[in-house]
Amino acid sequence: MFAFEFMRHAFAATGIVAVLSGLVGYFMVLRGESFAGHALSHVGFAGATGALLLGVPPLWGLLALTVAAGLAMGLGGRGTTQGRDVAIGLVLSCTLGFGLLFLHFLTTSATRATALLFGNVLGVDGAMLGWLALFGAACLAAMAVLSRPLLFASLQPEAAEARGVPLRAVSTAFLAIVAVATAECVQVTGVLLVFALMVGPAATAQRLTASPGRGIVLSVVLAVAEGWGGLALSWWTDCPTSFWISALSTLAYLLACLPGVRGRARLRA
Amino acid sequence: MTVGDDLTGACCDAAGRMPPPGPAAPPVRLDRATIRIGGRTILSDASLTVSEGAFVGVLGPNGAGKTSLMRAILGIVPVAAGEISVFGRPVGRGNHDIGYMPQFHGRVVPRLDGRSFIAAALHGERWGLPCDWGWGRHRRHDAAEVDRVLALVRATHLAERPIHQLSGGERQRLLLAQALVGRPRLLLLDEPLASLDPHGQRAVVALVNDIRRQLGIAVLFSTHDLNPLLGVMDEVLYVGRGAARLGPVDEVATGPVLSALYGTPVEVIRAGGRIFVVADT
Repeated sequence: MFAFEFMRHAFAATGIVAVLSGLVGYFMVLRGESFAGHALSHVGFAGATGALLLGVPPLWGLLALTVAAGLAMGLGGRGTTQGRDVAIGLVLSCTLGFGLLFLHFLTTSATRATALLFGNVLGVDGAMLGWLALFGAACLAAMAVLSRPLLFASLQPEAAEARGVPLRAVSTAFLAIVAVATAECVQVTGVLLVFALMVGPAATAQRLTASPGRGIVLSVVLAVAEGWGGLALSWWTDCPTSFWISALSTLAYLLACLPGVRGRARLRA
Repeated sequence: MTVGDDLTGACCDAAGRMPPPGPAAPPVRLDRATIRIGGRTILSDASLTVSEGAFVGVLGPNGAGKTSLMRAILGIVPVAAGEISVFGRPVGRGNHDIGYMPQFHGRVVPRLDGRSFIAAALHGERWGLPCDWGWGRHRRHDAAEVDRVLALVRATHLAERPIHQLSGGERQRLLLAQALVGRPRLLLLDEPLASLDPHGQRAVVALVNDIRRQLGIAVLFSTHDLNPLLGVMDEVLYVGRGAARLGPVDEVATGPVLSALYGTPVEVIRAGGRIFVVADT
């Protein structure tokens, strides 16, 4: 299957996106912000369809809107859990609605919508691969600087604030990184299935190991394995890639939840 | 790692501009301090001095501002008027002389082990990678510091267990260990007895007192009920209605003083070595 250029591109794109998703997703799950990522991807849908309407590549529309929404969420501050749920739910439906409106005006074939909603990793070209690598590297560099105060602030916000961690700046910067990671992830799994790569591997890793160092590595390894596994399976079965990635992601999590798996994993660790 | 080191340097420079602490600078000193939060006055024109190595119980009605007072000492809540100083220096964020144990809200407990939880607090304010990603001398040094605080709170055996499997008392010990990271000279403990049974409460009070004596550090310990602290605390600090009163238990926990602080007639009854504060109805 590596004889075809589009497959080589697909594997490279999935690899880049999976590394980023595994890392960023670990902190999202730790901070209880999984649904923030989900909402950002929906915001991105409106951005991507809006960009298509304007004749701009959808990635730019995606990035512009997810980052803007991420910053707004970060600066908006921490409300109550209930308030946050309502806000995220409203943003979700409102932006999907706008996405639908833009699609309506586009009047192009429905494949574009399907590609955005469920991903089209087989359509990634060389230029897109370059952008994915560039933004991926930028996010990794940002996480290398941010991860230490972010971990402290995620576990004990009050104590971190007392020791001089700028809470709001750290959480806003992280949401901006989540936004970029989400926009990248949409290229592989589509808007509706970003959970498969961003939350699934991270949640599985947190079930299997109680150390953040090992957890992050495991989350990244799982994301890459599930992404590449999904590609290979879709090659052999001729089913959509995103279906296999989401299936593998769910399967891995369910296996990790089986009684006894955790204990054995801990003994080995 | 280098980024983090630079930041510490900058932090010390910032502190260096402040007057150097005198040998007898008290751990906490309020000089006619006023604290306001959202238009509500927590403290008004309050003056008091906490002495070196003292165990001070912080009491007062719910919502009187025990947490706000601690956050003001940490430099998070601004001082509206007057001055609060810590070891002779005006309060400021990121003061490494203070260890802070916040109230443990019903937050989702992370699926991490105790060691990682404490390690996250170690230089957690620096930029860079988490400390268990370090290597060489740094990593050994950091691991030794985590071991030290775990031993201090007698929780070495809890280090490898996931926090969500621990009991409330065991979690409190890890939170206390986290506050001791970096060798602070003043401990601010916010309601460490909340949601503990009487046995657990006695254990936490005894542990804090042991650590205080061993390290010679001052402790501010807020609580709802002063009885668990009787015989252990040197002084009691009552906060209420914008006023604060610090002194020996026998002088402060009296009907007239508490009536003024609570703003309602209060009777203080001593029986069987315990003190009961009863609102007079």
